[in-house]
Amino acid sequence: MTVWRYGDDVNTDQLFPGKYTYTCSTPEEIRPHLLEDLDPDFADDVEAGDIILAGDNFGCGSSREQPVVGLKAVGIRAIVAKSFARIFYRAGLNQGLILVECPAAVEAYEEGDSVEIDVGEGEVTVGDETFSFPPLPDRILAIREAGGLLPYTRQVLREQR
Amino acid sequence: MGKTCAEKILSKQAGGDASAGEIVTVQPDHLLTHDNTAPITAKIEDELAEYGVADPEMPVIVLDHVVPAANEKTATNHQKIRAFVQRHNIQHFYDAGTGICHQVVVEKGLALPGGVVLGSDSHTCSYGAVNCFSAGIDRTEAAALMLTGETWLKVPESVKMTLHGSLQRGVTAKDLILHIIGDVSASGCSYKTVEFHGNIETLSIAERFTMANMGVEMDSKGAMFPCDTVTETYLEEHDVARNMYEPVWADSDAGYTSEHSYDMDDVEPMVAAPHRVDNVKPAAELAGMDIHQCYLGTCTNGRHADLKAAAELLDGEVVASNVRLIVAAASRAEMSKAIHDGTIDILNEAGAMILPAGCGPCLGAHQGVLAPGERCLSTANRNFKGRMGCKDAEIYLASPLTVAASAIHGEITDPREVIQ
Repeated sequence: MTVWRYGDDVNTDQLFPGKYTYTCSTPEEIRPHLLEDLDPDFADDVEAGDIILAGDNFGCGSSREQPVVGLKAVGIRAIVAKSFARIFYRAGLNQGLILVECPAAVEAYEEGDSVEIDVGEGEVTVGDETFSFPPLPDRILAIREAGGLLPYTRQVLREQR
Repeated sequence: MGKTCAEKILSKQAGGDASAGEIVTVQPDHLLTHDNTAPITAKIEDELAEYGVADPEMPVIVLDHVVPAANEKTATNHQKIRAFVQRHNIQHFYDAGTGICHQVVVEKGLALPGGVVLGSDSHTCSYGAVNCFSAGIDRTEAAALMLTGETWLKVPESVKMTLHGSLQRGVTAKDLILHIIGDVSASGCSYKTVEFHGNIETLSIAERFTMANMGVEMDSKGAMFPCDTVTETYLEEHDVARNMYEPVWADSDAGYTSEHSYDMDDVEPMVAAPHRVDNVKPAAELAGMDIHQCYLGTCTNGRHADLKAAAELLDGEVVASNVRLIVAAASRAEMSKAIHDGTIDILNEAGAMILPAGCGPCLGAHQGVLAPGERCLSTANRNFKGRMGCKDAEIYLASPLTVAASAIHGEITDPREVIQ
């Protein structure tokens, strides 16, 4: 498992350049351009189960959802950040991607530390230190548990019938 | 304790009393989507066939991001959207050439004081200019909204920004909002709604638009202005009668997470340097820096008033030989005004390339893409690395006046040096 480490204010143009926004929408189209202008090694080297550790305001800028769709598709286990930009956070919930806001965990990380996440318990362990993060409200958790907003919406529509 | 503007608008949506931190169900007045409508509807083809669009009055679809189409792929994208509009009887569709979605939403009277609009574009926050609570969402959420007509919002906490005095000659609302973003930082208002208080009546709707538009550059969830006679007059001019909306504003004893005060008299022409919008410096400090392209337009600064202000500096002048000046109005209506009063003629004679109303070079998808090593001075809202199509180019953000003055000199110029 690799821990990919980035700083503050990583924006959506760095995560997925705007020039591809209207020509790439599927995970297959998105993948080669993921983090292209931030970390040219990422798209080739990322593996399922990897974790991203970032600073404040991760995912700021555009509302484009290709970064979230792409990161989910390559199997990123979770993004742990000091904070997330609002639209990115919502997009993450809507794709069922695990986003953990835990500044102490990010600050505790040192090169080579393992990072484990227990979503049920609301805990992230960095090296041998464990930090807790607050649970999501039930209503939002239901979206993640359904596998994202579209599967959730399909459930709702069926129930309304 | 009283309530903030966001608390009041979302309380109205919830049909009760909602306070910051609570999660409420909202049925937005409108859902904005643009060229991304095709990938949005592609996600829910089966559901659309089975359940249809929840409310054909709710979606507002504007083709603006790559117009006219740049290649077969983007042309096909537009074609799919037109077919969707027809099949589902979408009531508010504006084809390529009408303008940039945010400008179109406001000038067509679709964002109203006291209302709620969500859109799959981060600059949806622009409608705070007319006292409409508005925020960006992702494509998947837009897809779900088309099917159900509702979503959830967490009632945000709010930040109060009080403006004193008035902007001085050569200084614009763009300089003011860049100054503010530089002060609070790119994450300074995360998850919070900004309310602008104080000497608001000195600011036109175009100026308020510029400021609300850039709310997301401090990560705010909406950037709200009060509805006053300036707003009412603007809406009346755009065929919105006073009985069609109910403005909402904060109580005087509302609670804020922080309060800021800005003296507009002290604001100078400002420039946001690469690659962050909060990397703000006075234009005078960057004066003399070479530039290769100037861009006047976008949802931030593509209105008639912006083009006219630039044309006043460029009248009788010619753009420096080392600079390309690109101009794109925010909408056909704003372009019309600029044609009729001779603004476009002046810009054309000065050497500008005039593009159709649309997002154009701002997002690097087509038109005005930069080459490695080039530097662009732009009236847009973002200067992220790679934003204009090339990761090895630099984007500086400034006001229409600073862009015009700099285009004449071929280097970054404080517009007060040029204004007679």
